[in-house]
Amino acid sequence: MSPVGWVLSAVAAVVVVSLIVWMVRSRAAGSGALPTRGRGERLDDSSRQPGVRQLGMRMQALLSRPGMSEEVWQELEEELIAADMGVEAAGLVVEAVRRTDPPGADEAKEVIRAELNRILSGVDRRLRLDGDPSILVVVGVNGAGKTTTVAKLAARLNESGHRPIIGAADTYRPAADTQLMTWAERVGVQVVRGRSGGDPAAVAYDALQAGRARGAGAVIVDTAGRFQTRHNLMEELSKIIRVLGRDGDRVSEVLLVMDAATGQNGLAQARRFVEVGVTGIVLAKMDGTAKGGVALAVERELSLPVKFIGVGEGVEDLIPFDGPVFVDALLSPA
Amino acid sequence: MFETLTDRFEGVFERLRGRGRLSPREVDAALAEVRLALLEADAAVEVVGRLLDRIRTRAVGAEVSRSVSPGHQVVKIVHESLIETLGGRAVPLVSGRPPPAVTLMVGLQGSGKTTSAAKLAYLHKRAGKRVLLVAADLVRPGAVEQLALLGERIAVPVFSDSRSSPVPLVRAALRRARREGFGKVVVDTAGRLQVDRALMRELAAIDKAADPEEVLLVLDAMTGQQAVSVARGFLEHTDVTGVLLSKLDSDARGGAAISVKEAVGCPIKLVGTGERPEDLEVFHPERMASRILGMGDVLTLVEKAEQAFDEQRALEMADRVMKAEFTFDDFLEQVKGLRRMGSFGEVLGMIPGARTASADPQVIDREIRRSEAIIRSMTPAERADPKVIGGSRRRRIAVGSGTSVQDVSGLLRQFGQVRNMMKSLSQGKAMPGFPGISGFGLPGGAPGPAAGGRRRGRSPGPPGRRPRTPKKLQKKKRKR
Repeated sequence: MSPVGWVLSAVAAVVVVSLIVWMVRSRAAGSGALPTRGRGERLDDSSRQPGVRQLGMRMQALLSRPGMSEEVWQELEEELIAADMGVEAAGLVVEAVRRTDPPGADEAKEVIRAELNRILSGVDRRLRLDGDPSILVVVGVNGAGKTTTVAKLAARLNESGHRPIIGAADTYRPAADTQLMTWAERVGVQVVRGRSGGDPAAVAYDALQAGRARGAGAVIVDTAGRFQTRHNLMEELSKIIRVLGRDGDRVSEVLLVMDAATGQNGLAQARRFVEVGVTGIVLAKMDGTAKGGVALAVERELSLPVKFIGVGEGVEDLIPFDGPVFVDALLSPA
Repeated sequence: MFETLTDRFEGVFERLRGRGRLSPREVDAALAEVRLALLEADAAVEVVGRLLDRIRTRAVGAEVSRSVSPGHQVVKIVHESLIETLGGRAVPLVSGRPPPAVTLMVGLQGSGKTTSAAKLAYLHKRAGKRVLLVAADLVRPGAVEQLALLGERIAVPVFSDSRSSPVPLVRAALRRARREGFGKVVVDTAGRLQVDRALMRELAAIDKAADPEEVLLVLDAMTGQQAVSVARGFLEHTDVTGVLLSKLDSDARGGAAISVKEAVGCPIKLVGTGERPEDLEVFHPERMASRILGMGDVLTLVEKAEQAFDEQRALEMADRVMKAEFTFDDFLEQVKGLRRMGSFGEVLGMIPGARTASADPQVIDREIRRSEAIIRSMTPAERADPKVIGGSRRRRIAVGSGTSVQDVSGLLRQFGQVRNMMKSLSQGKAMPGFPGISGFGLPGGAPGPAAGGRRRGRSPGPPGRRPRTPKKLQKKKRKR
């Protein structure tokens, strides 16, 4: 088929989307009729959205005030943004600090530290292990560090006497199970594998069955990397989780592994993965220069607790997340 | 959520229509928005400032022509500056070295080196070269096996020896390549942190042994503010010749591309756009600029449609759209296809200018379900020819779908109007645009700034401006 054909089909798709948007709009406007407006009129005034106009007003207010200069505030904000906290979260933090009216930059920084710690408080970071066996599913986008995290998690649970078993449900990536087998050998736990290209939900279920039969205390399921935008793959993930609960079991944790170097896409990831039941975040690769600030933005917006951070390539390099330590690192110069 | 820059600028320039030149104050107000957009796209803080300075210089005093709004004018300047920053044109891969010409794949853990190595090998292979893949990642468990399987898939031999170490392995691979007459050699290396001294020294040694024509830094498109530090770190130890931006099939805006190009000067040469071996493409600065600015991505939309819709059916559908024969059955089928493309919010995000705050994907989803229910309560004859639906039929449909007669009537009326729009589109007129969807641009229709270098038709008006109701439609309305 010619490219023109595809463009045309995309046009058709767009027409339908547009029709729908339009219907929603006209419903909101209270009539199905086509609204007629003058040229200068705006249908939705984006400058009235929070954040956009706010910024302008904020600047106005600040420039007319002595004390901390606008440059210092911007610098503080950029420091947070440079740690991948995102414009919105950084802006809100700086805004909150502004209201306390600190006399100088150093004091401001202290208040920022307190504010960040406040954001990171009030969530339960403990790993939930309340099943028999407890079921943990590890998910994330491609290359986030899922398989390594699974191995480290297994080592941790093995250490604490939970006798974990691993389900290698990444049947998509070539040799993913080989990678997991090597790790499992090092850790000393068993792996249930499926056929390459097989049904991951079936592998996960097999692992659960095997775990039960062998008296395992925890079943850790590794899954294939998937972008949150891939509808079918997200459905597949839902299915895995559903099938694991088929015999009345409850999945204790669905952990989203996120690369610490991830930028603002981390928010998009978390938003979508939460819909399929993610219960916590593992921030991988925190041993580099990345500060993982996006996790703070995620926690702020979704109250999704960061439970662990990965700090190296050894099996023991998975440690519980510590808010104050994280904040200190976030505010230290790169 | 993010709105397109064009939308934001409209607010800034609302009162300025008709003025001759952009003043410094107006430009600064607009640039505050540009700054936000760039930072939200993960462009590094340190490069954003420099970029803004350049844009300011170009924008201040720029003549605003009568035909475009000041907002549109600034978007154009920003867009052009970004394209320039990203390198203007696609930079080709190095060629012309006597065989075996080596490419070294380097990068952080999980950036996508192994997959990209196989894709690059496949690219060379399709160009008629004899390629040898070398699995020199001896650190990550399963990496050698993964490359072996990928090589098998694309029928490219893979050289490895898991008991060796990278430098001797690369030397041995080169000897084999010379002996057996391979034209290209692609070496996959272990992932490493740019601050890991020991591993970076090892990389320098591999670089020396391989004497590559190309060292590609594989960089995850989702990378945040770290991109600059990563690129600098690798450049310090190896002569990186280009960047391969991986995972561009995610919905990351990819501001990292700007960071790397602007701060380190490394050209971006290739982009990874999927999981198949053929999903490696030449980098297009103008596409990337649009993406970073959140101007929608019509090409991605087209690609997604390609995956979600059956070829033959899609062609027929497009044909019917053009002839304005679009029926309710077609609508149902389209909705089904759209679901396969992802959530409506996503699809909406790919349409330039369509992603606005009031188009809440969840509300849209509810609306679609309601419409589907109504249509499903129609008989086949009614779906094909809605004109037969009179008062009593409307009542029946409303009861059947659990909606009200007003809902049914509303849908019927809107559907009629959409068909009219389709007709005007097919008659070669500009896409009139739908109320509330500003900046509605499509190739062949009314390309917006998003279309950038790939616009195909003449732009009939600045997208982002509130679409005008076409005369034809107004006439029809009056009749009713």
